[in-house]
Amino acid sequence: MITLKADNITKNYFKKSALDGMSIQLEQGRVVGLLGPNGSGKTTFLKLATGLVRPTSGSITICGREIGYMSKELVALLPDSEFLYDWMTIKDAGSTYAAFFKDFNTKRYSELIDFMKLSFDMKFKSLSKGMKEKLALALTLSRDARLIILDEPLNGVDPVAREQILGAIVKCFNQESTILITSHLINEVESILDEAYFLKEGKIVLHGFTDALRSERNKSLDELYREVFAC
Amino acid sequence: MKFNDSTPIYLQIVEKIKADIVAGKLKGGDKLPSVREIAENFKVNPNTVQRVYMELEREGVAYPQRGIGTFVAEGEELVKKLKSTQAHKYTKRYVGEMKELGMAKKEVIENVESVLEEDENDHAEG
Repeated sequence: MITLKADNITKNYFKKSALDGMSIQLEQGRVVGLLGPNGSGKTTFLKLATGLVRPTSGSITICGREIGYMSKELVALLPDSEFLYDWMTIKDAGSTYAAFFKDFNTKRYSELIDFMKLSFDMKFKSLSKGMKEKLALALTLSRDARLIILDEPLNGVDPVAREQILGAIVKCFNQESTILITSHLINEVESILDEAYFLKEGKIVLHGFTDALRSERNKSLDELYREVFAC
Repeated sequence: MKFNDSTPIYLQIVEKIKADIVAGKLKGGDKLPSVREIAENFKVNPNTVQRVYMELEREGVAYPQRGIGTFVAEGEELVKKLKSTQAHKYTKRYVGEMKELGMAKKEVIENVESVLEEDENDHAEG
């Protein structure tokens, strides 16, 4: 079953083109990477998929639904910026999510907070950058969403915390949902991806199953990435 | 575990499990860890682990028991066979790399012998 289908999308910000005829199809039960350098259009695409901006042309559907309030309940997004208030404790953040999203799984949330070695009484203000990232991930992964979008989940996080984050993603992965990850830390995410899309200047320039790409080209995803995006 | 570059990840996990069987860490009849356990352990996608099991079953190294799990196939023959195919593969890799350095047959053998000797001495001292 197809979770997300985007057909020939373009997005212009005035005269500047951010996406230029991008097509992508995400299937259920897969972990997919959307990989590309800064400014290649990754975040624009995520904004389109979550209904924050509208495409200039082309169509996107999520589980057959047009983007709108009906599609939003199917999508859990981990944004790459902070979105919680300083005064909140980890417990407050969980209750806020539980109030906002009917698919929020409170039991899984407390398991993930445990797994990340955080605790409910910690205040958001007192958290380090890595801890904030782990908290945001725990909130996102606690939703039983059909499409889980993780925008740069490893940015600014130390190697041990990265391991924990990847572990949490693997732990929460299930065959009903699709996980879409953007990253430029290819080496780190490579082992959890089924499929990868390479985005360059608003276009998909390469797409394939990671294992197939490895054996066909005899290269790791990271090496391929360097090849595709070398100037 | 650190994965190397060009081989598909599932094949690298297959190799690791075979190595464990040859080394006796896994024995005939042992239950292999569940898909989830392996996935979380190696930080890989559960779909990849599924492929690992399919490959092990295809090669007759493991067999599934419906509802219980996947088990290592039994029999001395299997271990013997794995041992010789893995040994052949590793030796081939070594010889290939030595050839790339322009080594002659004699040098390849001499190098193996000298490393083995070093190894023995290390053990004797330690």
